[in-house]
Amino acid sequence: MTIQLKTLNEILHNLDEKKHWGTKEYFINMGPQHPSSHGVLRFVLKLEGEIIKEIIPILGYIHRGIEKIGESVSYRNFVHLTDRCDYFSSIINNWAVSRTIEQALNMETNDRIETIRTIFAEIQRIQSHTMWWGVFGMDLGAFTPFFYGFRDREFLTSIVEETCGSRLTMNYIQPGGVLYDIKSNFIKRIKQYIKYLRPRIEEYERLISDNVIVQKRTENIGILTKEKALSFGSTGPVLRASGVPLDLRKNDSYGVYDKVKFSVVIGTKGDSWDRYWIRIEEMRQSLNIIEQLVDNIPAGKHMVTKYTTKIKLPVGYYQSSIETARGILGIFVASNGMENPYRIHMRSPNYNNLWSITDMAVGLKISDLVTIVSTLDLIIPDVDR
Amino acid sequence: MINYSVDNFANLVDNSNNSTVIEVAFYILSIFITCLIFISLFVMVVVYIERKVAAAFQCRVGPNRVGWKGILQSVADLLKLLTKEKITPLYSDKFLHFISPMLCISASFMTLLIVPFSPHIQIINIDMGILYWSAISSLGILGILLAGWSSYNKWSLISAVRAASQLISYELSIILSILTMIIFTNTLNIQKIVLSQLNGCWIWRGHVVTLIAFIIFFIASIAELNKIPFDLPEGESELGAGFHTEYSGMQFAFFFLAEYVNLFITSTIIVILFLGGWLPWHISGFSIFNELMDSIPPIMWLLLKVSMIIFIIMWIRWTLPRLRIDHLILLEWKFLLPTSLANMVLASFLVLNNLYFYV
Repeated sequence: MTIQLKTLNEILHNLDEKKHWGTKEYFINMGPQHPSSHGVLRFVLKLEGEIIKEIIPILGYIHRGIEKIGESVSYRNFVHLTDRCDYFSSIINNWAVSRTIEQALNMETNDRIETIRTIFAEIQRIQSHTMWWGVFGMDLGAFTPFFYGFRDREFLTSIVEETCGSRLTMNYIQPGGVLYDIKSNFIKRIKQYIKYLRPRIEEYERLISDNVIVQKRTENIGILTKEKALSFGSTGPVLRASGVPLDLRKNDSYGVYDKVKFSVVIGTKGDSWDRYWIRIEEMRQSLNIIEQLVDNIPAGKHMVTKYTTKIKLPVGYYQSSIETARGILGIFVASNGMENPYRIHMRSPNYNNLWSITDMAVGLKISDLVTIVSTLDLIIPDVDR
Repeated sequence: MINYSVDNFANLVDNSNNSTVIEVAFYILSIFITCLIFISLFVMVVVYIERKVAAAFQCRVGPNRVGWKGILQSVADLLKLLTKEKITPLYSDKFLHFISPMLCISASFMTLLIVPFSPHIQIINIDMGILYWSAISSLGILGILLAGWSSYNKWSLISAVRAASQLISYELSIILSILTMIIFTNTLNIQKIVLSQLNGCWIWRGHVVTLIAFIIFFIASIAELNKIPFDLPEGESELGAGFHTEYSGMQFAFFFLAEYVNLFITSTIIVILFLGGWLPWHISGFSIFNELMDSIPPIMWLLLKVSMIIFIIMWIRWTLPRLRIDHLILLEWKFLLPTSLANMVLASFLVLNNLYFYV
């Protein structure tokens, strides 16, 4: 199955040929400064009344050339840049780069490092999903969930801050270990948090999931079929909502994910409700994973190499992927044996997830487009990089 | 039972036969200034309260820097709006763009004329008061429509069209609910509607009929006020700010003022029709309690009931998400309108057979 994507130029060119614009249809710019574009994403919509006839995403408003900058910095330094891509799963991004480098160098890490990495990755996932839940509520027009989401993220951020020293761009995982060992009261506080968040998720359900307006606005809206989702290259909750149980935590089982029990949540229809529901369930699963791991973190060093050792990859191409909060993040490194990578490419989940709206939103209304963009959980700095 | 004699300010002019043009002009001016002062004070207080209520719902503190507990925040906001530059978009329809905020605010001002704060405090007591309210409050829609149209902004235009379809649809339910209540009260005069509830508020007296009318009126009036869950014309996450996107400074403040004045007046109409207006609440048999209630002045009673309604509207506003436009229209035409029509028939049946309580 192939997907046809049209550019704005092509559409306008066709219109000129016909010399007939019609009176019903009109173009409208949604973004880059639109409240629900989650950053600086721009859509050009062709509307008839409020019905979307065509939708063209236009990217590049926050392109910083992170891949290009990566060519002139060392491997260790590039890890710090990945924080700025998908800023709601910065630790997982760090891990993706570190994993590629470790695999290229055949570097062995110990159990303690892998356990800490897994716990922090799951913390990030919860943090990202609570935050997303709040923004989802706000996109639907309810302000209160936004503050609830931030409140619950705040608790977790302060726990992470104790160990990493920062709150958003965490810079925690490095090739060969983690930057700092966990603080002494980390385990105590994370247990407190698990106890705190479980009733909060029930509260989320009462406030948003049980609300009939939300159900009406998400059910059967923006259906992404299994085939379409696969051909768009969607990953993460978006793909799983369409009924494909692809989760690298299970399928690839990096870190210590093979030692813990958790289930991969999948949807049935692939509509907005499924995408919503999967993220709520994933928060519960992540809590389970943390709960299983936090009691028995093995002893050992937190870094197997010194932070100052220079990394040189052997000549060749290296690739590895990891499951972030939004899908599969692939890091491709081409090395020519120097201290800097010759070329780095990131296969970001958001970029591929984004294009599925060109199929989903056609025939729906502006309000539905807002819902769909929200359930795709896009981070625009990661789309543009 | 206390006998309430109804009076209003307009009588002062009517009764004196030798009133000159200057006196009448002075009278109108004084009413205008009183309205202005009342509106500004009221809006400032309600905005402050709304921000504090929202903060309480959202686990935060709310305004707390300007003055004691942030009490002067609204004054600061007003000063900011007064000093902001007025910007007119380049290709906008300048005249319509200029008058549409005025239309909105003047419609709100005019409806304030008939609000009975107490038996004696009312600007003018006309015999078709409730009809006057429903007619004049619809003028505000014109302001919104023209604002969206003249802004030369497609988002504003979408908002204006949404506003027109929403407000006109929900007007029907409001009128039908009012008609249902008029069947009970047998009068259009607002003071007489209040006095007809001396034996008890209408919300309890009509079996389920008045309760249904109350609920429909309440839902429809939230839609008329553009509050969440019916805030489609200014749906922030969809349309930016909707019809007032291209307005700044005092022109924006006019829309803002009109919104809050409408909030007050609509709540007042709800209170007058269903909850007894300025009449005190009594429990039959508890004479001491009833005397205590009587000692509270009527204006306090009205403001108390109105603030209760406003609080419920705020509660809904900070809890629910927004409806989609087609759901909104379906809710009105397929559910609220047939229900209120059936309700009206039931009401006439009840009244003809004198089946309601405390006849």
